[in-house]
Amino acid sequence: MTDHPSCAIEISGLDKWYGNFQVLKNIDLSVAPGERIVVCGPSGSGKSTLIRCINRLEEHQGGSIAVNGISLNDSLKNLDAIRREVGMVFQHFNLFPHLTVRENCALPQILSRGKRRKEAEEMAMHFLTKVRIPEQANKFPGQLSGGQQQRVAIARALCMTPKIMLFDEPTSALDPEMVKEVLDTMVALAEEGMTMIVVTHEMGFARRVADRVVFMETGEIVEADKPTAFFDTPRHARTKNFLASIMH
Amino acid sequence: MTAIDMNPPIGHIESPGPPRPSRRSLIRLFFGDFAASCLTVLTAALLISMIPAVNWAVFDAVWTTDDPSACREGGACWAYIAAKFRFIIFGVYPPQEQWRPLLVMGLVLAMILASLSPRLWGTRLVYAWVVAVAAMLVLMWGGVFGMTAVSTSNWGGLPVTLLLALLSLGLGFPFAVFLALGRRSVLPVPRLLSVITIELVRGLPLVGLLFVASILLPLLLPAGWSIDKLGRTLAALTVFAAAYLAEVIRGGLQGVPAGQIEAARALGIPSWKAVWHIVLPQALQKVIPPLTNTAIVMVKNTSLVLIVGVFDMLSASRVAATDPAWPSPYVESYVFVAMIYFLICFGISNYARWLESRVQARSYR
Repeated sequence: MTDHPSCAIEISGLDKWYGNFQVLKNIDLSVAPGERIVVCGPSGSGKSTLIRCINRLEEHQGGSIAVNGISLNDSLKNLDAIRREVGMVFQHFNLFPHLTVRENCALPQILSRGKRRKEAEEMAMHFLTKVRIPEQANKFPGQLSGGQQQRVAIARALCMTPKIMLFDEPTSALDPEMVKEVLDTMVALAEEGMTMIVVTHEMGFARRVADRVVFMETGEIVEADKPTAFFDTPRHARTKNFLASIMH
Repeated sequence: MTAIDMNPPIGHIESPGPPRPSRRSLIRLFFGDFAASCLTVLTAALLISMIPAVNWAVFDAVWTTDDPSACREGGACWAYIAAKFRFIIFGVYPPQEQWRPLLVMGLVLAMILASLSPRLWGTRLVYAWVVAVAAMLVLMWGGVFGMTAVSTSNWGGLPVTLLLALLSLGLGFPFAVFLALGRRSVLPVPRLLSVITIELVRGLPLVGLLFVASILLPLLLPAGWSIDKLGRTLAALTVFAAAYLAEVIRGGLQGVPAGQIEAARALGIPSWKAVWHIVLPQALQKVIPPLTNTAIVMVKNTSLVLIVGVFDMLSASRVAATDPAWPSPYVESYVFVAMIYFLICFGISNYARWLESRVQARSYR
């Protein structure tokens, strides 16, 4: 995209149901280019579902989503274009276990962008170096630690040169000693100006990196504010309760 | 060597090592309690009861003779196998042309050896197999390059068994993949077609399918049409293999986590490419043991074609045994054929075990 729309992501009036259960209720959220959003909330609050709607891993039933000016509708062309703009990192990494780390990063470029193998592998090594594990390129995901796997997953997403990165609880499945290496990688990415939406319970990360913290509960956005205001002077009782419960 | 080197490291405690089995524990192993004693006695009885069979097969056996009447003693007549070896292996294929099926078997062996390492798996190997199978069929048929034509009704023995097993599995496999994917499709038409095909074929015994293919099919075809009997038999075996392989592959597909497809979608990989490159390889890796099982069953199922008059190795051995010159050596025939089947199936099973350990070693901790 050569033109810069004022919004990287524009969500308005978003509704989503699982059967008769409404998971997302009238969500409005706009994300500016380069903005870093942290989404938090108790489990079942709909935060993962929200970001999974953005690249249509989940289908929404009401409201609208637009990514870099492309509206997410039934057009497969638009969906394809949106998935080019948006990278995603999953809680359980979802690396391809039958492929080496290098192949994990290279094959998607070949399959979805029609890149030449050599070019794709160069790109793979570039981003593996960036997440500081180029020496693991020939190993299989099962041979790496959780933290290393998640960094490979970040490199794999970056290989598609997305403009926006979605992180769905990227550190929740990690052993505690591996959380830092993944968060450091994400901080470095944030410092380069990547637009990011991060669903996480890492409040230290939120305080340090986020431009805005969004608190969700029962499918609604309860409160969204700058981190200092959000953590130090939360306005809503539900936010206060949640913060009290996770800060122990 | 200095004295210092011999000092154990600080904190090292001499370990007594694992306890050694003593004579007493051996007695306990065999006669420790009532169940163990019973098993020991039963096993001993079983071994003793096998003595006549061993005597028959080894000590009283006639190994070499040109005179069939020498075989009337009560021992196994292995000389008969030596005399009928060619017939059991090649059937009624013209003797002066038997270098052709021999070459076919060599080609099969060479291709299998070349396909063992997964490192060589790829489109090139598929093309090589297509060319090799074409060459095998040309060799068997003849009629070109100065080879006399041999009709399929004269094909026989081990080459027929090998060709039927290879082709039914090889042709059935791609069908099976489509059936398995179809059965899991969200689209109703492919799903329904797959379910009907799989359930219909699995609901019929193979013998029934073979009869349908060899007797009913020619009646149903319009006049003037005819398909070779061996071809019809192969079609029945292929459909049968496809239905069973499809269910095995479906099991593998179900074992691939949903996150894999989600990751592929998030990366913008078109869905059929994701199925081909991401889902199928993982699904197949997961079902190596049941795939092996189906392959082994199919190798042995080829022996059923004898009931529709196709001359495979088992048929050949039965015909060989009807030679009145020899004193009805059916048991020897069957033992010999069983050994060949065993070698093939044991080979497949060992290869599959190696393949599985290789996959596990590199992918999972």
